[in-house]
Order: sequence, then structure tokens, then C-alpha cells
Amino acid sequence: MSDADTLSHSLPAASAVEEEPSHPAYRHQFDDMAQQFEASHLGMWVFLITEIMFFGGLFGGYTIYRSLYHEAFADTSQYMNIVLGAFNTSVLIASSLTMALAVHAAQTGLQKPLVRFLLATMALGSVFLVIKYFEYSEKFHHHHFPGPNFHYEGPWARQAEILFSFYFVMTGMHALHMVVGIGLLSYLVWKASKRVFDATYYTPVEMIGLYWHFVDIVWIFLFPLLYLIGPHHMGGHS
Amino acid sequence: MSTVPVAPPPPPRTAAPVNYLSVSHSVRSWLLTADHKRIAILFLVSISFFFVLGGFAATLVRLELVTPRGDLLSDDGYNKAFTAHGIVMIFFFLIPSIPATLGNFLLPIMIGARDLAFPKVNLLSWYIFMIGGVIALSAMFLGGVDTGWTFYTPYSSTYSNQWVSLTVIGLFLAGFSSILTGLNFIVTVHTMRAPGMTWHRLPLFVWAAYATSLIQVLATPVVAITLLLVAVERTLRIGFFDPALGGDPVLFQHLFWFYSHPAVYIMILPGMGVINELVTCFSRKRIFGYEAIAAAHVALAVLGFFVWGHHMFVSGQSIYAGMVFSILTFAVAIPSAIKVFNWTATMFRGSISYDTPMLYTFGFIGLFTIGGLTGLPLASLGADVHFSDTYFVVAHFHYIMVGGMVLAYLGGLHFWWPKMTGRLYPEGWAKFAALVVFVGFNLTFFPQFLLGYLGMPRRYHAYPEEFQVLHVLSSAGASILAVGFIIPVVYFLWSLRSGPPAPANPWGAKGLEWEATASPPVTENFADTPVVTEPAYNYASEREPEIV
Repeated sequence: MSDADTLSHSLPAASAVEEEPSHPAYRHQFDDMAQQFEASHLGMWVFLITEIMFFGGLFGGYTIYRSLYHEAFADTSQYMNIVLGAFNTSVLIASSLTMALAVHAAQTGLQKPLVRFLLATMALGSVFLVIKYFEYSEKFHHHHFPGPNFHYEGPWARQAEILFSFYFVMTGMHALHMVVGIGLLSYLVWKASKRVFDATYYTPVEMIGLYWHFVDIVWIFLFPLLYLIGPHHMGGHS
Repeated sequence: MSTVPVAPPPPPRTAAPVNYLSVSHSVRSWLLTADHKRIAILFLVSISFFFVLGGFAATLVRLELVTPRGDLLSDDGYNKAFTAHGIVMIFFFLIPSIPATLGNFLLPIMIGARDLAFPKVNLLSWYIFMIGGVIALSAMFLGGVDTGWTFYTPYSSTYSNQWVSLTVIGLFLAGFSSILTGLNFIVTVHTMRAPGMTWHRLPLFVWAAYATSLIQVLATPVVAITLLLVAVERTLRIGFFDPALGGDPVLFQHLFWFYSHPAVYIMILPGMGVINELVTCFSRKRIFGYEAIAAAHVALAVLGFFVWGHHMFVSGQSIYAGMVFSILTFAVAIPSAIKVFNWTATMFRGSISYDTPMLYTFGFIGLFTIGGLTGLPLASLGADVHFSDTYFVVAHFHYIMVGGMVLAYLGGLHFWWPKMTGRLYPEGWAKFAALVVFVGFNLTFFPQFLLGYLGMPRRYHAYPEEFQVLHVLSSAGASILAVGFIIPVVYFLWSLRSGPPAPANPWGAKGLEWEATASPPVTENFADTPVVTEPAYNYASEREPEIV
């Protein structure tokens, strides 16, 4: 991950200039901790921009096919499990809240709440992935996984397969980012349990927090675009 | 790999100070280094290796084309050879060439920083690059790829039964390496400039590297996901781009060129950055129109994102889209011309010296102009129908990429070689090599303009006999060009051991890398953080007021 280096140093702008370079997280190439914090911040944002462009390619392709095959996509969308999708959306929003609380705990130097909120975020992320697993297996069960075994009733089989292809690639990419995020969070838990973070140094928590929020936001776009295209009969096929 | 730059400490100038090369000699110290200068050397050695491989594939191509019949290679073998040439040269040589070597080495020094913002990420980008390179190369040696470097669907998805997926994974990784380099440069330029190094005092090489980084960061992720979709389509047999399955192959072209057109500017902007430095140094005159050139770099980076459709005039895209892309493509000529005119104006009434880097600069300006002007017929909707997929396009592209970027790379390498290694190269041999490169290059690629004009399509291993004279000329030129590339390798390696020690500023050049560091620099570049008090290129300021 490009933020591997970003993780390991930095600090907010406010503290005393003379003492900063002696901080254990200080890196030699910077003049002071303030500069180091600024660089980490900008680096993370630039990285997130690359992520936006990465998912942007997928969203672009999706948009084109959706405008070409609008009816087919609307028809296919009823097979997305709207209940599980909506539940997962709320799980992720909750995880964003716990992540924000973790960052706040780090900034205010509250060690135990920090660990607890990080663990809660990890747990919510894992819940999301487990539910995603059940959603995927349902798709496999109905032969909605694209490829030789794909089966779809009605005149839209080819176009439906494209939507399901986007569904699996986009949510799969998103899930992969979740897995990475959970890995990063466990790194934070390990560091936090050694009381590395306090009011003078919490950069990794904040950076990984940004990443986590980004991954959540991707899902906020994925959910309506994939699940809510057309009318769902009886409130969804589940 | 680690043996190349480890020169013995130079004879006692100032009691042989410890520099970034002599600080440690172990292989481990190179493989685990976080010093931007050492990482630059790692990249230099790596991309030189890839350049040789790509050159070998080009040799096969040019040998095959000596005769009209396909006698040396089968059609399939020929396809693999030009694909290998394209992939290796573009993704593993041109894209990292100047940013990852000269850029890595110089960017922190030029802005007065001790290192890049994220040294470990910088090292990581080298490892990712090497893993990507090994994967792509292993695909080539396992059987090769015949799709061309563009991986157009459905060649790459439906019809190719070769190592496409493995190759695109290699390119995916190389792209990630390029993203990390760009990210590091952007953050470094924003946050780590020395006191007094304002944006308006930045060397124009830094402006060019910054503009390049913007493209790397914004465009590369798109090709990454596109190539990933091709790999997914091949492995799962699904139809993102396959019309039989409802997909659209032209969508691939849109996504691919959305990256790959800006990628062309990744491959030329850093070269322009180098030329900025050289032309002003060897004219002994402040560069003409600093602000205009800086703006033109950024303008090229931005415009590059809006012209991808000019690769697709004959793909069946809407004619109105074609017209818009055509107009925007003509707009690219404006920032390009600004630079050429400003370089020329810089030389006007300058005290020009004809050292090797300046010879490459002359070559760059001339060849880039030819390459740029031949882009205009290709940007015209009508003319492009005739030229599309002919040798005219091949020649145009190589005039920019080899005549432009490779000459700039060589010019920059000669210019900063004393700084990087602490040794001087033999000037006589270097001038001779520059001449050989120039002659060989033109003999190789000028006939290809004529071939294309006459209708010779690219990517064929056999051709009608009336084209043979021009093809033989081109192949002859290629062999001269090869000699021109080998000579510098020989004398550069020689200079590492036996070249005279370089003073800190052999060219009398301006810039922190010359005026504030030793040759070679120490590990953290500067003894004390420099303070910048004058504008860039403050050469002989009494000459300034003359306006043309």
C-alpha cells in the first residue's frame, strides 16, 4: 500500500517547534513534525484521488452500458438483494462513525476508547464482508455469476450478464479494499495497544481513517447504482 | 546490479568526503536504501536493461523488414516481436525513464530538500516496478503476446490465446509504481521546498516533473482498471468488451486511450523539462519566458486528458466527437509551440557552447518540431483516414518518443553524469556518439514517413517489393542508431573507473544541484538547508533586457 510510509510518521501542526524533531516518529527528511504531518496528509489525499480514478473507470463503463441497456439493467436490478444491501449500507455508515470516534479518541489521547473504537470498526467491516459473502453465494446459487454457467430468464440475458459482471467486479474491488482496510486497522490496534498515539502524534489513525471513509463512500455510490435501478417486486427479491 | 556506480573514492580533492555512493558498498545497502539518489541509480540500471531488451525486439523487427517476404520471422513471431518492443519500451523504459532516474535524483536536490517526502514508498515503487517487469518479461518468454502494446479488444480478449493476462498484470504493477513516483513528487514539491524556493523560482525541470506527476496520478489508475477488466474478461469469459456477449470493444479503446494519450505526455514532458535546463545553461542566458514555459507544461498535462479520441477517428466513434477531439488536438500545438519558440528565443544572442548536452538539445528541438508538425495531419479528420495505421503514425510517434524523449534523456544523462557519479565522461567520444545517434535516428525514421505516405500499413511482416528500398534504408539507420546507443554505454562505464573526477559545477550552471552540493552529493544532499535568494537561471543578468 502506498500509505505504508505515510503510516509511520507525522503529527499535527500545533506543538512546540524545537522539541518536535526528537519525537520517535520524526523522519529525517523533514524539517519538523508540522511539515511531516502536512506531507502525510497531502500524500493520502493524492492517493485517494488515484483511487477515485481507479473506481472512476468502472463507474464510467457502468454508466455507458446503463445508458445503452437501460431497460435490461432495470429488469436485472430486481435480483439484487435490496434488504441485505440496505442493511450493509447502514453497517458501513456505522463503521464510519466508529472510525471517526477512533480518530477523535486518538487526537484527545484516550487510549482505551481508541482501541475499542478501532475494534468496533473492524467488527463492522467484518459484518459487512460476511453479509457480502451470503449475497455472493445467493448469486452463485441462482447462476447469476457471469461466465459459462450464467443463466437468466427473459430477453435480457446478455445485458443482464454485463450488469452482473459490473456487480461482481465493482463490489469485489470494494470488498478487496475493505479487506485491506481491516488489515490496516489491525495494524492500528497493535500500535494503539502499545500506546503509540497521543495528542502529539496520531497521523496513522487519521490517514487510515480517511481511507476507511473513502471505501465507505464508494459503497454509498455502489448501492443505489447497482441495487436501485428499477422497481423491485414486493420490495425486493429475497 | 549494485556494481555499476560504486566508483572508488575520487583522488583527494577535499580529502575524499563521504558521498552517497561511498557511504556504503554492500549489496544490501543498495537493495534496502531509502536514499532518492540511490533509488535513481537502481532505476537507471533497471531501465537500461529493459532498453536493451526492447532494442533487441526492435532489431528483430527491422531485420525482418529488410526483405519483402516474411522470411526471418513467422507472422506470429513478428507480431510478438513488435508487441514486446512496444510494451518494454513504453511501460518499462519511456514512462519511468526521466522521472524515475533523473527526476528521482534531482527533484529533491533542485528544491533544496534532503529526500523525497516518502523515501520508503520510493523504494517500494522500484520493487513493484521490478516485479511487474519480471512478470511481463516472463509472459514474453513463456510464449509471448501478439496483441500490440495497445491490447485492443477483441484481439486481446477473444482471439489471442497467449499470455495476455500475465502481461497485463505486469503492466498493472508497473503502473502502480508510476503512480507512487508521481504521488511522491507531488507531495515533495508541495511541502518540502527550501526557504525562498517559491513556485516562481522552481527550476522548469521541476515544473515538468510536477506536470508529469499529475498525469501519472490521474490517468494511470484508469488504465489499471481497464487492463484488469481485460484480464477478468479472459479468465471468467464475461463480456465487458465482447460484442457477442453484449459488450462494446470501442469502450476498451476509450478507456485505454484515456490513459494512454496522457501517457504519451508522461513520456515527453520530462524530456522538455530536461531541455529547459540544458538550453539555458549552454546559452548562458536566463530562459526566455519562464512563466510561459511553466504554464505550457501544465497546459499540456491538462490538454492531454481531452484528446484521447484522436486515436479513434476510424474506430466508428461519432463524427461530432471526432470533430471536437480534432480541434482539441490542434490546441495541443499551442503549448508545444510556446516551448519551441521560447527555447529558440533563449538561444538568440546567447553565448552558445557546443558541449554534448547541447548537441542533444539541438537534436531534440529539431526532431520534436518535425514530430510535432507531423502530428497535425494526423489530427485532421480527413488526412488521418489516409494515415491511420500506417508507418506515418509510427514515424510521427518515434520522432517524439526517440527524437524527443530519448535524446532529452541522453542529453540529461550527460549533463548530470558528473553530478551523479563524480566523474567526467570523454567529451570527444560523446559528441561523436551524439552525431551518430542523430544521423542513425533520421535515417531510421524519415523513410517511414514516406512509407506511410505511400500507404505501407504498420504491423505487417511482409510487404510489396516497391517498399523495399525505404525499408532497407530504415533498417540501415537502425543499425547506425544502435551503434550510437552502444558508444555512450561504453564510455559511461569506462568513466566510472577511469574518468577524471568532476568538480562540483563543471558546467558553471545555475541551480541548487550545481551550486550547493558536491559531486557526487552527500547522503542528505546539503550540509545545511539552502536558502534561495534569486530567481532560477540567473545567468549573466546584464544580458536580460533584450527583447526580440
